[in-house]
Amino acid sequence: MSLQTDRQYTMTPMERMLCAMDHKEPDRVPFFLLLTTHGAREMKMPIRDYFSNGENVAEAQLRMQEKYRHDCLFAFFHAPMEIAAWGGDVVYFDNGPPNSGRPFIDKPAAQIPRLKPPGIEGAPGLGEVLKTTRILAEKAAGDIPVMGVVISPFSVPIMQMGFSTYIELLYREPSLFWEMMEINETFCADWANAQIAEGATAICYFDPVASPTIIPRKLYLETGHIVAGRTIARINGPTATHLASGAALEVADDIAQTGTAGIGVSADDNLEALKQACKGKLTIIGNLNGLEMIRWSRGDAIFAVRKAIAEAAPGGGFILADNHGEIPWHVPETVLSAVSEAVHRHGGYPLI
Amino acid sequence: MKQRMTEENEQKTASSDAFRDALISCDEEAAQRILSDFTRQNTPLEFVETVIVPALDDIGMGWANQDYSLSQVYISGRICEELVDSVLAKNTGFRNPGPRMAIVVLNDYHGLGKQIVYSVLRGAGYDILDYGRMETGDLVRRVVEDRLELLFISVLMIASAMEVKEVIHRLRSEQCNTRIAVGGAPFRLDAQLWKDVGADAAGKSASDALPIVQMAAEGRL
Repeated sequence: MSLQTDRQYTMTPMERMLCAMDHKEPDRVPFFLLLTTHGAREMKMPIRDYFSNGENVAEAQLRMQEKYRHDCLFAFFHAPMEIAAWGGDVVYFDNGPPNSGRPFIDKPAAQIPRLKPPGIEGAPGLGEVLKTTRILAEKAAGDIPVMGVVISPFSVPIMQMGFSTYIELLYREPSLFWEMMEINETFCADWANAQIAEGATAICYFDPVASPTIIPRKLYLETGHIVAGRTIARINGPTATHLASGAALEVADDIAQTGTAGIGVSADDNLEALKQACKGKLTIIGNLNGLEMIRWSRGDAIFAVRKAIAEAAPGGGFILADNHGEIPWHVPETVLSAVSEAVHRHGGYPLI
Repeated sequence: MKQRMTEENEQKTASSDAFRDALISCDEEAAQRILSDFTRQNTPLEFVETVIVPALDDIGMGWANQDYSLSQVYISGRICEELVDSVLAKNTGFRNPGPRMAIVVLNDYHGLGKQIVYSVLRGAGYDILDYGRMETGDLVRRVVEDRLELLFISVLMIASAMEVKEVIHRLRSEQCNTRIAVGGAPFRLDAQLWKDVGADAAGKSASDALPIVQMAAEGRL
């Protein structure tokens, strides 16, 4: 036990992540704490003020990486940031991530033909994200991966037009759907490439609608799978696809075919089964239950970390993270510290 | 006599299975055809009770077991809602009796869960008020004014889920005993949360709303 506790790890977070994503065993299991609103707490600022300046986010990410000794810097602000670029509203809360406001597309047949992808330069908020990315990349100096984020062209319509309208479009208006995808693909690729140009190491391609939790696999193969293949091919860097709590197993092999390198999986997924399905093809990212984390004791955190490591870490190809791609605001710092302690104590390779 | 009843039951089960398959395939024409065939010899209420409700129940359980997707649950609810409304236009007075109830999205801006539960309940012939999205103060006032027996609260965000505790506290302070049923991702992913916030029931899938309504109607909630 003491050998594990006192062990010094020699790889940089970047080396560790790259080794794991090469499906080999690094010095220890890499782990990403995908923290967003916690940065506001770190900076002792209201959430809205915190996200108003990319320097705040960069400073908080650096402090939290040092505090929890995890393996990435997360340049993501919040999903509605993209909607603001399209002209939509962002609704802020004091105790959680912002929501997108009323959908700005309520008459798809009339509005989609007139829709144009917004430019990246000058779009509200996106410049601050790029500023954060630039600062983090400079400070990380290649030693710590800087993760950028895009919402997939296939999933962003949930915010653009609302879930119900989008599902009806998906099932009942194929030509309008494809028209919209072409527009969204352009914005998504441009946005991802702007982040890579500022130094993002990789892009997390958030695609929750791809999950069979949301739509049947058959429909995904006819729609979002094609969109993902086309869009990821236009992104000038590596990507990991995240299903944001959606089940992954049934579509893991399909997602591997889109050209992505990793997959963010659900707390409901069976990690051992996924490990078999993804072996040599996709790095698994997950799957600590972010909601249960809110009430975890230190012992719960250690148990969950050890269980996930035992199921998915052998042979590499695994990054420990939460299941949603964003740790909830209500998760206390003590739990984050306990997760970190558990990984440092029990995540060293060779695994015991 | 017994044999005839068995045959009738088998026929109803077959109709429900076929109806479920039509819903899952988003085949509105097939669903309409099954309704037309069934109501030649049975009442619309029998169709709701013996075909629609079991089919929606199967689909909801299928989603909880990861056999079906959320989009299929949503489309199924919408088709049922349209069918029941069309029958209702021709046959007044067959609606399912139920408690006085409403559904709301609390605080956050994610309305799909609410829409699905609303469609499932309407599709099962129940009347339910749709409050849309509301915040705590307005919601409590409205519930008291409407003298609800049952309120469904749908959320997606954890902060909204925790706010349910405040809603219940304020309702009880107003001597309002409306039963509260909650649903949404935070309650599905954290099985203990609904008890922590003081709710009377939680649904893992939209079809769980059906037994919850039944229990409320029977005073068992």
